[in-house]
Amino acid sequence: MTDKELHISKIENGTVIDHIKAGQCLNVLALLGIDGSDEESVSVVMNFSSSTVGSKDIVKIQNRELNQDELDVLSLISPNVTINIISNYEVSLKHRVQRPEYVVGVLNCPNRNCITNAKEPIESKFNVKDEVISCEYCGTHIEDVTQHLS
Amino acid sequence: MRECLITTKGLSREEIVEVLDHAEEIEKNPTAHYGSQSGKIIGLLFYEPSTRTRMSFEAAIKRLGGDSISMGPVENSSVAKGETLADTVRVVAGYVDAIVLRHPKEGAAKMASGFIDVPLINAGDGAGQHPTQTLLDLYTIRKSAKLDGLNIGVMGDLKYGRTVHSLAHAITKFDSQLNFISPKGLQLPDNVKYDLEKSGTEIYEYTELDDILSTLDILYVTRIQRERFPDEEEYRKVSGQYRINKKTLENAPKHLKIMHPLPRMEEISPEIDETKHAIYIEQAHNGVAVRMALLDLMLKS
Ligand SMILES: Nc1ncnc2c1ncn2[C@@H]1O[C@H](COP(=O)(O)OP(=O)(O)OP(=O)(O)O)[C@@H](O)[C@H]1O
Ligand SMILES: [Mg+2]
Ligand SMILES: [Zn+2]
Repeated sequence: MTDKELHISKIENGTVIDHIKAGQCLNVLALLGIDGSDEESVSVVMNFSSSTVGSKDIVKIQNRELNQDELDVLSLISPNVTINIISNYEVSLKHRVQRPEYVVGVLNCPNRNCITNAKEPIESKFNVKDEVISCEYCGTHIEDVTQHLS
Repeated sequence: MRECLITTKGLSREEIVEVLDHAEEIEKNPTAHYGSQSGKIIGLLFYEPSTRTRMSFEAAIKRLGGDSISMGPVENSSVAKGETLADTVRVVAGYVDAIVLRHPKEGAAKMASGFIDVPLINAGDGAGQHPTQTLLDLYTIRKSAKLDGLNIGVMGDLKYGRTVHSLAHAITKFDSQLNFISPKGLQLPDNVKYDLEKSGTEIYEYTELDDILSTLDILYVTRIQRERFPDEEEYRKVSGQYRINKKTLENAPKHLKIMHPLPRMEEISPEIDETKHAIYIEQAHNGVAVRMALLDLMLKS
C-alpha cells in the first residue's frame, strides 16, 4: 500500500471495493442500498489515478460484508472490481467478482405485465450470459442495470 | 417430444417436423389414432377468453380418447378469491396428465411449468408467445407449399402479437425469409428482433405492404387492436392502411396464400374468402390435427 492511498481512511473491519470502473461508484452505492441514511461509515474515492488501471473509483465500507447477489450485480456494473475484506486494519481476503450466468432477485423486470411483477411466489431472474441482460420469463432486455435494482 | 411447450424459441427444427409429420399421419388416417390416449385427462386453465384454441384442444383430446376438465370463467373460480397461479397449477396438476394454460401475463407459462411435474402447454401468455398456434401455422404453410425457400410477410400488430413472436422464432429454424409489415409503433419488440438476428436471420421491416407484396409467397395477417391507440381516429387511420381486399391484392402473385390466426375483424375483407389466396379457415381446422399430434407425443412420454 502506498502512502498516497493511505491518506483516505483506514478501517478496522469491513470491505474495500477497489478498481471500480471510474464514474461507477455511485451506482455501486445504489446497488448496496447505501444512501447515507444508515449508521454505516462509508468513504468514496472518485477518479483516483492509479498507475495500473488509469482512473478508478474506490468504496470503503465499515462493518459490512457483501453477499453473493450483491457481488453478482457488481460484476455487471464493473467487471474488474476487487473485493478486499479488511480485518483488523489489514487486507485479510481478496477476491474478484465473476459474471454469473443468471442474477436472481436483484433486478426488477421493466415490463409491468411480466409475471415476475405479479403477486406470485417467484423472484425475478435475468439471463446475463450474453452481452444483453434479458428477463428469463418475458424476454425483456435491461439496458442499464442501475435503473432496475430491486 | 419435450415435457413442456412454452415458447418456439427453444424448439428445434427436428422437434417441429416431428409434430407436423405426426399431425399429417393423423389427418390421413384419423380413426387409427382414436383412443390412443384413452383415460388421459388434460386441464384447461384459461385466464383469458378463447374460442378456437380452447375448443380445438378439447376436440383433440376427445378424439384421442381422453377427456378434459376446465376451470371455467375466471370470475367464478378460486382465482377471483386471489389465489396465485402458482397455487392453482400445483393443485390442478394433481388432477390431470397435462395442463394447457392461457394467461394475460408474459412469462406465466414459464413460471407455472416450474411448479409442476406434469407437462404444460402454453396456449398464450400475454404478448409473449403462442407456440401451438405456430405449429398449426407451420403445418398449414407446409401443406400449401413447403417450409424452406419461402418469402413470408407478417403484417399487423407485431409488437403485442404473440402469434407473430412465436411464428417468427420458428421460421428461423427453416430457410425462409421474414418480412415484417406494420405501422410505426407496432413493430417487433427489440428483444424479439435481437433474438431473430442472433439466430442468423436477416429481418426486413416495412410500413407499406405494397413495397413487398409482389414478392411474397405467404402473407400472415394479424389484428391491430383498438386499445393500442390513444384515440379512435388514429386507430381508424392506421388500421385502414393494413386491410386486405381485392384491390389491395391487384399486384399480388397468383400463388400468394393469405393466413390469419383468427378471429379477424376488418383486416381481411370477406370478398377474399372466395379467392384461391384464402387459407385461413383451413388453417383454423388444422388446429385439431396438430393439437392431437402434440398431445399424443407429449402424453406418450
Ligand atoms: N485498513 C484499511 N482501511 C482502508 N482501506 C484499506 C485498508 N487496507 C487496505 N486498504 C485498501 O484496500 C485496497 C487493497 O489493498 P492492498 O494492500 O491489497 O493493495 P494492492 O496491493 O494495490 O492491491 P491490488 O493488487 O488489488 O490493487 C487498496 O485500495 C487499499 O488502499
Ligand atoms: Mg492496487
Ligand atoms: Zn420479465
